[in-house]
Amino acid sequence: MAAKTLTIDGKQISAEEGATVLQAADEAGVKIPTLCHLDGVYDVGACRLCLVEIAGVPKLLPACTTQVAEGMVIHTDSERLRKYRRMTLELLFAERNHVCAVCVANGHCELQSLAYNQGMDHVRYEYNFPKWSVDNTHRLFGMDHNRCILCTRCVRVCWHIEGAGTKNVAGRGGKAHIISDLNMSWGQSYSCTECGKCVQACPTGALFHKGSTAAEMERDRTRLEFLVTAREKKQWITGEE
Amino acid sequence: MKVRLATVWFGGCAGCHMSFLDLDEFLIDLAEKVELVYSPVVDVKEYPEDVDVCLIEGAICNEDNLELLHKIRQRTKVLVSFGDCAVTANVPAIRNQLGLGNAESVLQVAYIDNAQHNPCLPKEDGIVPPLLKKVLPVHEVVNVEHFLPGCPPPADRIKALVGQMLAGVEPKLEGAQLKFG
Repeated sequence: MAAKTLTIDGKQISAEEGATVLQAADEAGVKIPTLCHLDGVYDVGACRLCLVEIAGVPKLLPACTTQVAEGMVIHTDSERLRKYRRMTLELLFAERNHVCAVCVANGHCELQSLAYNQGMDHVRYEYNFPKWSVDNTHRLFGMDHNRCILCTRCVRVCWHIEGAGTKNVAGRGGKAHIISDLNMSWGQSYSCTECGKCVQACPTGALFHKGSTAAEMERDRTRLEFLVTAREKKQWITGEE
Repeated sequence: MKVRLATVWFGGCAGCHMSFLDLDEFLIDLAEKVELVYSPVVDVKEYPEDVDVCLIEGAICNEDNLELLHKIRQRTKVLVSFGDCAVTANVPAIRNQLGLGNAESVLQVAYIDNAQHNPCLPKEDGIVPPLLKKVLPVHEVVNVEHFLPGCPPPADRIKALVGQMLAGVEPKLEGAQLKFG
């Protein structure tokens, strides 16, 4: 496969044709903040945290869905990008009801850790305080829409890795939300295989194991990695390497 | 001359003040550098004039909170939102999700529906402050200079920020020192 040469943060690198800017940066050891990206699942560019500057392009582009091109000059960390990343995070916090103190994912949440790593000490926007429900109808899992950021990781693992297609997005704009099957309660879903991949994939406390209380919801991403590696490389991770 | 320090307790659980007391022996060093002019832990009834720094715990939940906060802003050089309730409105603001009439709904549940004896709403003009229609973080009401998140902020985080202020440098917390929850 043809290689492309490009520059990321002043570093000359080469990447395979068809690779994304995020993959190229990762291989070059440049860390770009991400939230909706999950290794092994296709990218959708939903969260806008991985926006980068590309010379000659006036718009900021998401690194996860932009392919590398010959001679590209990319900046991943500038005053402008930091400003937008912090703004994006603040809007995510203001949009729904993220109360870290009483959240199952407190201390294990990607939204929370991104916020402090990006220096968010408070939210400058007025909080929305919307009314969202909690779906506790499933035998094993719960879904708290208050903590959902619509990254769609759960939808993508459900369709792409498990192949069940239970999780979907309904509604538009501020009313968009995750549903099960044709907008029925999760406990009534016919297609859900109870595999729990959505719960493992969720970056916040929106999806959780029933019975977990504040700060107890730790994820085990190795299960997803196991499946993806098995599928793509035909290798079984044994855990003893 | 000692720094005139105040701390105030609005809609919160006092956990931030407990965490402040958790500063242990640093409190002795602090006592040499600051004069505590107003606080739940000292017996001063009226918020004084010319305060240098005020640590504000809690969200703004009722008319009294609102009135005192404006007074504090007028009489204080530097305000610090102290803990998640002050910074984000946190747990006290969960009632906001019930929309308009949320104050009446929570009072109804707490004092009427679940009352075992003498169900009645607490009401005494001039004594029991009416709840605001919406619980607010401090910076949505007045300008705030610094933010100290955490539920509660651990003592070392309080020490870091207060230490920087006493050393005369612009306080700046970074990374996990800014963790909510």
